[in-house]
Amino acid sequence: MISYIIKRILLLIPVLLGVILLTFLIAQVTPGDPAAIALGPMATVQDIADLRSHLGLDDPLHIQFFRYLSRVVQGDLGLSIRGQTPVLTEILLRLPSTVKLTSLAMAMALVFGVGAGLIAAVTRRKSLEGVVMVTALIGISVPSFWMAILCIVVFGVNLGWVSVVGGEGFKNLILPAFTLSLAPGAFLARLTRSSMKEVIREDYIRTARAKGLSWFRITEVHALKNSMIPVVTVIGLQIAAMLGGTVFIESVFARPGLGRFAVNAIANRDFPQIQGVVLFLASAYAVLNLLVDILYTVLDPRISYNRKDSSK
Amino acid sequence: MEDLLRISNLSTSFFTHEGEVKAVRGISLTLKQGEILGIVGESGSGKSVSMMSVMRLIPDPPGRITGGEVWFNGRNLLALSEREMEKIRGSEIAMIFQDPMTSLNPTLTIGFQIKEALKVHRRISEAEATRETIKLLKLVNIPNAVQRIRDYPHMFSGGMRQRVMIAMALTCSPKLLIADEPTTALDVTIQAQLIQLVKRLRKEFGMSVIWITHDLGVVARLATRVIVNYAGKIVESAPVETLYDSPRHPYTLGLLSSLPTMTGNRKKTLYAIPGQPPSLINLPPGCSFAPRCLYATPRCSETEPSLNQIAEEHYTACWETVKTKGVLKRIDE
Amino acid sequence: MRDIRVTEVSKAVKKKHLLDSYILRSFSKNPVALFGFAGFFMIILVSLLAPVIAPYSPTEMNYDAILVSPCGDHLLGTDDLGRDILSRILWGGRESLRVSLTAILLAGSVSIVLGLLSGYVGGWVDMVIMRIADVFLSFPHILLVISIVAIIGPGLTTILIALGISYIPGATRFVRGTVLVVKNRDYITAAQIMGASKLYIMATQILPNILAPIIVYSTLGLGSAILATSGLSYIGLGAQPPSPEWGAMLNAARPYLRDAWWMSVFPGLAIFFAVLCINLLGDGLRDALDPRLKN
Repeated sequence: MISYIIKRILLLIPVLLGVILLTFLIAQVTPGDPAAIALGPMATVQDIADLRSHLGLDDPLHIQFFRYLSRVVQGDLGLSIRGQTPVLTEILLRLPSTVKLTSLAMAMALVFGVGAGLIAAVTRRKSLEGVVMVTALIGISVPSFWMAILCIVVFGVNLGWVSVVGGEGFKNLILPAFTLSLAPGAFLARLTRSSMKEVIREDYIRTARAKGLSWFRITEVHALKNSMIPVVTVIGLQIAAMLGGTVFIESVFARPGLGRFAVNAIANRDFPQIQGVVLFLASAYAVLNLLVDILYTVLDPRISYNRKDSSK
Repeated sequence: MEDLLRISNLSTSFFTHEGEVKAVRGISLTLKQGEILGIVGESGSGKSVSMMSVMRLIPDPPGRITGGEVWFNGRNLLALSEREMEKIRGSEIAMIFQDPMTSLNPTLTIGFQIKEALKVHRRISEAEATRETIKLLKLVNIPNAVQRIRDYPHMFSGGMRQRVMIAMALTCSPKLLIADEPTTALDVTIQAQLIQLVKRLRKEFGMSVIWITHDLGVVARLATRVIVNYAGKIVESAPVETLYDSPRHPYTLGLLSSLPTMTGNRKKTLYAIPGQPPSLINLPPGCSFAPRCLYATPRCSETEPSLNQIAEEHYTACWETVKTKGVLKRIDE
Repeated sequence: MRDIRVTEVSKAVKKKHLLDSYILRSFSKNPVALFGFAGFFMIILVSLLAPVIAPYSPTEMNYDAILVSPCGDHLLGTDDLGRDILSRILWGGRESLRVSLTAILLAGSVSIVLGLLSGYVGGWVDMVIMRIADVFLSFPHILLVISIVAIIGPGLTTILIALGISYIPGATRFVRGTVLVVKNRDYITAAQIMGASKLYIMATQILPNILAPIIVYSTLGLGSAILATSGLSYIGLGAQPPSPEWGAMLNAARPYLRDAWWMSVFPGLAIFFAVLCINLLGDGLRDALDPRLKN
């Protein structure tokens, strides 16, 4: 098992390299001359040419890539065009807000989503199952940003329960986290329910019943672990969806996070910023996926075990 | 000998979109202490469903036991509450199933799963349970029991998994072991080993066994008495020698005639019963085997025959048993 | 020997056709799915007929009727430039649908080809395609989309291209998965024995049998495409003013959250209804496939 984990950690390196490469290529494909943009409309042709050779923009592509790679590895993501501040600093400044938001949203999605799915799967009352499933269906169909707007109008403006803009306190976190967690939570609910229902039909559940175990014990010990396997498989995608969701939610709630940072960077065509935030988020995603993979092996002992040894 | 199990007119159906599938239609049988009963029949004949009904493991929906009584140890199992039934399952009556690959939880060690069977029915410490488990694994000939207790099901071969299942079933020394086609998914050689194992254990534990199979060869080696199922009903019931020596129901005759033999005319094509088993949703009137039967008369398609005694311990459900006397010997020529 | 193979093939082919009638029958018994189908059909119809049935032009500004709440003349009210919300929503549907459907069709066709090659031909083709897909999939999806938007520049057409491209890696993975399941079936082996070429088998044997799960997948993908299109337009990266695209309408409604609730509610409702119908349809299709096969 340990060897599997080490193998997966080592696999992270080519993934990160791929991410850096792709980000680098994106910058290359983008139209426009970075030197010209940096110097502004008043620059002369000579100024631009000088800056280009100074920045090494005329060197062969692979040399530029290795230069970029070595800078990235040292934590240098360049300077933003507008403020001429290090992009990494700008990112780290906004990181806490996004981390708080996505952590709370993920926790909510897991607890309420998986919980609702389990309830829907084991309950004998068809009406309860129906209510949960309809709610989940609505959850995956509602645009998160629209939900956010409605929540602001209803809870913030009309009822005045939560203050809407600014502030980093917990009260300000609830509404954004809730709207962010809605779609992933609903998706998890649906997945958990169908997974649980399938597991209950499996042969080993029949064996457990034949041993005289009660349904409660069967659900708790046998069914739960196995039904969570497909759920953990998609958690990685859910994290990605949530990172994407922050782009919208942070805009609606005017939160100073990375999602909004990315959107503004694109609107301002600030390429160092765009490159930096894409690279940062993609790398974070890769690491998170690794953690999920490791969690997966804890749940399902079949994965890390080498198939070759199993036949006797 | 005491009657251990007495099934009276048991009926079970599955209610589906297409209609009511009458899987078991009034089965009655008795099992004595120490007997090995073989239940034979093709897929869909009701053999598995009847025993699952005894254990009350029929999934509801869409299935339901629609009638009858099952007397075990002086109690009607069908009248018990779910909790009371849970106490009986795994302790007094144990059941093992067909596919050892999928019958064990892949994410739990086999040690855990066997200990679970112990702990559910007895107040037993973890250490004691571990000792018991090792003892049981040795009993079913699993080598290196002490280490293998911590292994997962996928680390065992099919035959060994089935042994683990047997060990799990024996944890509380059940009075009755029901085996639902446990060797169907395994090699012939493994099959032989498992049959030997069960025979030995039966003697050691003094339990009765019901062995469900579609393989007439297995039944011949193992059972003391045999029941033949067709379309949800019992069509013949006899001691094992009698059944193979002088079968009387046309279906049993057909089954035995279609077995390839070592002796006899090797140039003849292998016999097969013509036709298909009937749909359990739209059963034909009268005897359900009549459409395929060589000896059928108009009466067979009108009235369903009930199980009648034709000799000592030999019962069959047929109107035309006069015609079937000695037929098997004639077919052999 | 040859006789046995022919009967195997014809038996297997018959099984295929039985499945199709199962699907239709199961679908007709599912009222919720039928509602989804009807709703989706209606949305398409309305979008196509928008030029005919919309009471006003979507860009027609009327300074005498600014921020009017829903009433007889304007069933869903007007916005800050006096434009009729109802008409804009009807016309906006065309935009959302156009972009999402095209993106899905684009991604779908490319993915089917790549997935078939990767899954059936296998070998180094499979390795190359899967490695490239993995690199793209190591990015969170929206990040990929906005990267492409960053390259090309904001706009509805950009969204179309960006979504289309970003769906390809995941969809190719999925198609490949379905191909792997079908690859080992008897009728494929039979066709191979009869000497059919790889192309023939892929086109006539494998493709029809993987269409069903692909359709379910695409249907659900369409829902997420609509959400993505409107979302990106909402934050200004997609449809630009004066486009009546639903997300763009919500963006324009931002300053008037308090005063003109109808500007924020109705376009969002339209998005919700469209995605809901599509999801119901997708669910219905999925139910029509799975349990039948299991039983």
